[in-house]
Amino acid sequence: MNPRRKKRFIMTSGILGGVAIATALVLYALSQNIDLFYTPTEIIEGKGSEQVHPEVGQRIRIGGLVVPGSVRREGSGLTVSFNLIDSGPAEVIVDFEGILPDLFREGQGIVAQGVLIEPNRLLASEVLARHDEEYMPPALAEALKGIEHVPPSQWSDDDYRNNKDDDNESGGGYDR
Amino acid sequence: MIGELGHFALALAFAFSALLAFIPLIGVARGHGGQMALARPLTYGMFIFTLISFIALVWGFLANDFSIAYVANNSNTALPAIYRFTAVWGSHEGSFLLWMLVQASWAAALALFSNRLPLVFAARVLAVMGMIGVGFYLFMLLTSNPFERTIPLIPVDGRDLNPLLQDPGMIIHPPLLYMGYVGFSVAFAFAIAALLGGRLDSAWARWSRPWTIAAWVFLTLGIMVGSWWAYYELGWGGWWFWDPVENASFMPWLAGTALMHSLAVTEKRGTFKSWTVLLAIAAFSLSLLGTFLVRSGVLVSVHAFAADPTRGMFLLGFLGVVIAGSLLLYAIRAAKVQSHSRYDLFSREVLLLGNNVVLVTATVVVMIGTLLPLFFQQLGLGNISIGEPFFDEMFMWLTIPFAIILGLGPLTRWRRQGFSEIRNSLGLALLLAVILGFALPWIFADVVHGLAALGLILALWVVFTTVAELRMRVASREQKLPALVKLGRSHWGMVLGHLGFAVMVIGIAMVQNYEVERTVRMGPGDTFEERGYVFSFEEMYEWQGPNFISDTATFRVTRTDGSRVGIIKSEKRFYTVTRQMQTQTGLQVNPFRDLYIALGEELEDGSWAVRIHIKPFVRWIWGGSILMAIGGIFSMTDKRYRLRRRLRAERIREHDVAEQEAKA
Repeated sequence: MNPRRKKRFIMTSGILGGVAIATALVLYALSQNIDLFYTPTEIIEGKGSEQVHPEVGQRIRIGGLVVPGSVRREGSGLTVSFNLIDSGPAEVIVDFEGILPDLFREGQGIVAQGVLIEPNRLLASEVLARHDEEYMPPALAEALKGIEHVPPSQWSDDDYRNNKDDDNESGGGYDR
Repeated sequence: MIGELGHFALALAFAFSALLAFIPLIGVARGHGGQMALARPLTYGMFIFTLISFIALVWGFLANDFSIAYVANNSNTALPAIYRFTAVWGSHEGSFLLWMLVQASWAAALALFSNRLPLVFAARVLAVMGMIGVGFYLFMLLTSNPFERTIPLIPVDGRDLNPLLQDPGMIIHPPLLYMGYVGFSVAFAFAIAALLGGRLDSAWARWSRPWTIAAWVFLTLGIMVGSWWAYYELGWGGWWFWDPVENASFMPWLAGTALMHSLAVTEKRGTFKSWTVLLAIAAFSLSLLGTFLVRSGVLVSVHAFAADPTRGMFLLGFLGVVIAGSLLLYAIRAAKVQSHSRYDLFSREVLLLGNNVVLVTATVVVMIGTLLPLFFQQLGLGNISIGEPFFDEMFMWLTIPFAIILGLGPLTRWRRQGFSEIRNSLGLALLLAVILGFALPWIFADVVHGLAALGLILALWVVFTTVAELRMRVASREQKLPALVKLGRSHWGMVLGHLGFAVMVIGIAMVQNYEVERTVRMGPGDTFEERGYVFSFEEMYEWQGPNFISDTATFRVTRTDGSRVGIIKSEKRFYTVTRQMQTQTGLQVNPFRDLYIALGEELEDGSWAVRIHIKPFVRWIWGGSILMAIGGIFSMTDKRYRLRRRLRAERIREHDVAEQEAKA
């Protein structure tokens, strides 16, 4: 090989080697970090035609509506539990320690990420609610087709916020 | 009336862009100087009418004209005036109008400075800007008219701006980001114009370079402000979430950084030409991809705008036309381009090639992580998400070769470099970096995390090699200081840019490994101790803002030994019109750590869920970005881009003549 070809060979093989390493790393990192999305029904009854159940200990994402009245706190700590539901009747319990997002509300769609600790119980490391209250995660909207979802802005005032803001409600109405 | 004027002005701006897209090119084809010279006035026309349209929308907001649907949806009479102004870009339609204004401003700036360019080339560049404009204006007029009326059912008051957006960050983040995003259309226009002319030479690289750097500076600052804003506004305590929309802005940044370095090679050495053109096309295509991701509703993200399938289809079509068209042109023209320059394996060219390879790999990694879930969904393979650990891990691996190359690059010469000449400086830099990389975390926190040490070693390696490079440049001079100043802005730009990167890596390494996050239950009177800080919850009070009610908690922070650190006020706001809760985090800042308090919800007994973060060196992340941006400003204002007009006029004439001959 003449020196010029040799140089080209070294450079090309260097780049190819780098690409190979990068690809291997990407595939490895991906295999560790892909989380599948489930709805409560899919967790209880299995997903797809083959009825695949997620395994206990698996890291998953779950999306559903927070069952009204199901939010409870354990003792004096910061652990909160609530139930998630989609088309029903299957419900999945979510445990979460920490601060729920500002837009977390009963009846609203949320997405939780965490580890399945019992066949119907998820220990969440993260709970997401969107900034737009009319918003539904697309994956959840898909799963909930056919169920009526009432945006919070159309709820009656009582189940909305219990005390101090009621007198402000009449202020800035939007004429529809 | 004003609304209709705005709409009409937008249509006129579209007409100007349509004329701009082909009249100058016809002029070039026919060799008709008058038609080529029309490019400038047409560009100014496009800019002026876009500006009129934008002012009309601003007026709609300031005058509370709720007969304009967009104003009614995003403003309210109770909203403070400054936020009524920023609400102009608070949602899809208005922000796209801002986008168009920015695009037209870049085009107008190009036209203004284009007297330094040969007329043929200027005509081509502006025509390409016009073509891009055609796509964008059509998109606005067909799918997202911001001047839609609510007549006859005019609302009494507006629905108010999303509370997250009622923040000073909103004033500067979107304009900066758009300046950067759209700025790459200038680099793109230069590349396409060069391809059209069939002449890719170092003159083209020199014209394109300051514009590319300018766009990059804006994008850097835009992303930085976005990160800082998310940090205190979202209340999660993070500064980067690998959110798809963040990724959408990060991809063009990575490609733009590669482009900037590759342009340097093309300018100085006349090689890497076709690669540079490809990068310019890629950077702008990635900007468009980002626009598509954000505005089509395919993504789940805090940023995404409301979904509308027609918008997505339009943008996807436009993206396809831009990529297919420019790649076709590239395929036809770039084959002819040849580089004759030779270089050795150990030379600055090869190291810059390495820089480009790593940056492009990083772009691809981000793209995979962002688009893979979309592909899975579209192919019916189920719903997946790719978490932060994927990106964190990949970027840790990518930073290692990147930082090593970055340290070596400036020390090596173009064409060839003997290793023995720089062996001593490199050895010293490596030794110091390793020693300090382990020593600093140990001094700072007693515990040495492997990843923190790795990050510090890489960052310090960059710092010490940069210092070694500066020493080398002045080694033979008698008077060191004047020699340092004489190095030129371009050189100092590089030094600052690289140091900025090092500062940012230090910030990331420290905050990722040494941050503390505690969620505690606290009521007035309670105290909480962590890492030598005592947080005392003093009181809770309620007050009424212009369009919200706030519960504010006051925390007094002292050291364990009793010395005072400061007062932190943390808020929970309820926005009465949108009926949304909003956390306002409380911060106590010094250069080496942030104390960060976010209120959660109120518990039954009157105590609150409180999240307390101690974030060491987090400011360095943004400080590093600012340093990088300052470096960019130094580079683009270098003498050689400014003071060569007379010389250049000569060269331009030659260029024109050469081109005419080439055509004949």
